[in-house]
Amino acid sequence: MMNFSYTRATTVGDAIEAVAGDPHARFIAGGTNLVDLMKYDVERPGRLVDITRLPLKDIEDTAEGGLKIGALVPNSDLAYDTRIERDYPLLASAILAGASAQLRNAATTGGNLLQRTRCYYFYDAGVPCNKREPGSGCPAKTGVNRIHAILGASDSCIATHPSDMCVALAALGATVHVEGPDGARTISFEDFHRLPGDSPEKDNTLAHGEMVTAVELPAPRFGKKHTYLKLRDRLSYAFALVSVAAAVELDGDVVGEARIALGGVAHKPWRVPEAEALLKGKLPSSSAFEEAADRLLKGAAGHGENDFKIELARRAVVRALFQAAAGTPQVQSSKIVN
Amino acid sequence: MSNVHPYVGRAHPRVDGALKVTGRAKYAAEFFADGMVYAAAVPATIAKGRIVSIDLSAAKSAPGVIDILTHENRPELPDSDEPYLNDMVAVPGSPFRALYNDRILYSGQPIALVVADTHENARHAASLVTATYEAETPTVDVAEARHEAYDTFEPRDGIPPPPPPRGDAEATFKGADIKLSESYRVAPEHHNPMELMATTVIWEGDGALTIHTKTQGVNNPKNYICAVLGLDPGKVRVTSPFVGGAFGMVLRPQYDLLVATMTAIKLERSVRLVLTRGQMYTMGWRPDTLQTVALSAKEDGELTSISHHAIQATSQFEDYQEPTVNWSGLIYDCPNVSLKYELAKIDVSTPSDMRAPGAALGVCALEIAMDELSYRLGMDPLELRLKNYAEKDQNDDKPFSSKELKAAYAQGAEQFGWKDRDSRPRSMRDGKELIGQGMATGCWEAMMQPHGGRATLSAEGKLEVACGTADIGTGTYTILAQIGADALGLDIDDVTARVGDTSLPMAPPEGGSWGAASAGNAVRVACTALKEELLKAARGLHDSPLANASLEHVSFANGKISLVSDDEKFVTFGDAVRGSGSADVTAEAMFEPDEDFAGKYASYTHSAVFAEVRVDEQLGVVRVTRIVSAIAAGKILNLATARSQILGGVVMGIGMALHEETMWDKALGRVVNANLGEYHMPAHADVQNIDVIFVEEDDKANPLGVKGLGEIGIVGAAAAIANAVFHATGKRVRDLPITIDKLL
Repeated sequence: MMNFSYTRATTVGDAIEAVAGDPHARFIAGGTNLVDLMKYDVERPGRLVDITRLPLKDIEDTAEGGLKIGALVPNSDLAYDTRIERDYPLLASAILAGASAQLRNAATTGGNLLQRTRCYYFYDAGVPCNKREPGSGCPAKTGVNRIHAILGASDSCIATHPSDMCVALAALGATVHVEGPDGARTISFEDFHRLPGDSPEKDNTLAHGEMVTAVELPAPRFGKKHTYLKLRDRLSYAFALVSVAAAVELDGDVVGEARIALGGVAHKPWRVPEAEALLKGKLPSSSAFEEAADRLLKGAAGHGENDFKIELARRAVVRALFQAAAGTPQVQSSKIVN
Repeated sequence: MSNVHPYVGRAHPRVDGALKVTGRAKYAAEFFADGMVYAAAVPATIAKGRIVSIDLSAAKSAPGVIDILTHENRPELPDSDEPYLNDMVAVPGSPFRALYNDRILYSGQPIALVVADTHENARHAASLVTATYEAETPTVDVAEARHEAYDTFEPRDGIPPPPPPRGDAEATFKGADIKLSESYRVAPEHHNPMELMATTVIWEGDGALTIHTKTQGVNNPKNYICAVLGLDPGKVRVTSPFVGGAFGMVLRPQYDLLVATMTAIKLERSVRLVLTRGQMYTMGWRPDTLQTVALSAKEDGELTSISHHAIQATSQFEDYQEPTVNWSGLIYDCPNVSLKYELAKIDVSTPSDMRAPGAALGVCALEIAMDELSYRLGMDPLELRLKNYAEKDQNDDKPFSSKELKAAYAQGAEQFGWKDRDSRPRSMRDGKELIGQGMATGCWEAMMQPHGGRATLSAEGKLEVACGTADIGTGTYTILAQIGADALGLDIDDVTARVGDTSLPMAPPEGGSWGAASAGNAVRVACTALKEELLKAARGLHDSPLANASLEHVSFANGKISLVSDDEKFVTFGDAVRGSGSADVTAEAMFEPDEDFAGKYASYTHSAVFAEVRVDEQLGVVRVTRIVSAIAAGKILNLATARSQILGGVVMGIGMALHEETMWDKALGRVVNANLGEYHMPAHADVQNIDVIFVEEDDKANPLGVKGLGEIGIVGAAAAIANAVFHATGKRVRDLPITIDKLL
């Protein structure tokens, strides 16, 4: 870890100014990922601007009937917030599927969006990695890639985004509020994270100095008809091999609207509106769900060790849609997949 | 606390528990001295080749840097293997020498040691050291080296080579109708103790050193460092009072000891070196092993032949060995047995003993093969084991000193409810989950080592029992205190146990499950010697009521030495101690295992492990819902710490079956998941109900009747789970861990 300077910001404006003016500066909140990366010499900021005292800790009602979640709301507080539990149980469930209680206590809403991939090679400063050192190469493509992307990968990077929370936010159609040197703007969730393409060093569409200030949820929908199903290499405290956030609205017996987002399979939470549209007007059934899953996974490609994730994802989508349609969401404290 | 003898055999809480949970138990990295400096190791980024140059310029100018050692500027080191072989757990070959020359033998090998004023500055500067290499293509997969496997190695001390063939397994197999021959592989594993490798060297002046290092036995690092650096053993003290998990990883001195001590001597300052979690994956590991087991049987299940062949990975520079295949000639009665054990060299650090070395792998393969055979035969897996129950050790043609495995099978099966199992695969289900039940046998050798012990009684009636063994978390402190309390009839709160210091009586490294039997009996004989001394002092008192008594005439209880025939006649411990003319009475004794007995009998611990799994039929999610581990291991000294030992072994078995795998990138020759986030050990959610049963077993190999428990808990556990997965799914997975992808 490099020596770094540390300052504590008291206003959002000060924080942005401090970081925007220094290419080696980073915001730090919970630090659950950044500090690890600094210890691994993957992130080498010269300056940390602590934003934990900024007034971004509230969950407010919006005029549209949704909620605006301050960027500094801890993951635990968010998951156990009564409005979130009642109106956005998919989000609560996804948060509780991730990390550990201790990490969720420290991690923040904004930080969760900004966590970096868990690609083994990204974490090892002794080996090439295009995301860590652009142009150095990608050993994962022909190496140990059990946990890597099957969708949206590029020749230069096959890393995945590790968040559980973001998969639910993608399914719910959240909006990210950011502020930067050029003022405030909003970014739709699907445009927040990006695919690696030729510049895998960029995880998202934030400019340097821009700060996530809030995540906004639209008015609640789907009631109990949702689920977050996470499949991993042990029953707790592991990143997803594949996860599925699913929600459906039934129109009588048939599906009105469906949302499906996949985690652990791409550089960002993976949503395909055409796959969701396929379900419209269909009776919940294996064949309908499999058709949607196949559309969602269209173009999926493995790299050897992760080939199995294509079939695993297909099966997980079908199961998740059954759970959602039946209104029997996966209970994260139970490891039995219902 | 009331005096409740005997303490031995009870579930007494850990005597060091309060120290541990309050942070007062000191570990190797927690010792401090004024002027101490901090070191950080720089690992090689290639797996094979040589260092062309090392660029220290950036590191040297980093804040706080005091010195940087490399192979080019290090103090002189011996240039023959001889001094480095002063390691009681050394294996044949040329021991690794840190910072010796420009050769890179494995990825992560230390190429420099940065010394700075703080730990953080040392680590930062270490990250600035760069090297250029002449890299060669490494091989890190034993399967790619199998064509170069060899069995011409010098046998490792203490590791019996496979016994010669008996009967003709090959011909019998060829002519058999019912048979199978399958290949098995268990992923390489690392020990992953909670405590990181660490050495703190305290520079005492005048060349005297106190070395606090993570070790399973302080005498081994002391002998090693004195030999390698030419130190006067009279000026070196090594301590390791507490060890935060070891599992075999620190039986051998690791490089932290050598480089930290070398640096302290060079700088004439105290030095602390703590390795990083990632560096913990660049030393000692459970070797990748390719196994083939061939079995044949008659229709009634009687085994007619067993062949077991293993090719095990070792490093380029040492022939590490463990007893992998021998178990297949031991556990079952069989006239035709052929066992073969070979090594194959790959570009990795030398493997090391890891909980039940050899047995954890070899018995796993045998016990999955036995399960496969049971289905071929249409026979209950437990019945098949009973049909082939071995009444004697056929490898060595000796009777067992005791073997209550049948009782373990019976009690384990009863507790588990084995008789209610539907034997057909895929026959049991609950909702979307398939239920499977499997079982396996476990076995481990009950060993003992010559071992010193000391017992000291103060005039206040406080007893100290001491020896140079280690408590690596197993409960050694507690059992030694229990044995001492019983010997002198004391309240256990009046007994202190001390271990982990070269100033204490000689002890070998603690491993192989011999610790309890060896250290326990050493304390027992020391207490007997102490009682002799106390009685001598009591007899010498003026008008002593015990004037003519010998040890068999007296009892030690309630702070008194009393005549058995007339307990009104006694001498208090205080009077006896004062009568000795010293402040306390102390006695040292050596425990020597009974070689005659060992020549006549074979001593083993056994287990019967029953496992239930539930597997989501579509998604391949496995849950281990129940394990019953029935253990036959002689006398159980402490039911609480013993149970913890077995629980820990079973959890590691769950890891072996379902989760654990050290993954190397084949091109880079480098471990990629070198952290506790990506190296998956079972989390709490993966561990559900585990029942431990200790069956009665009366063993005469030593007076305590104890056999040891450190290893037996893991042996068979992974096989029982793998067998349960087959029973649930009908899918036989022969390469562990059984991850989700293997069940899709």
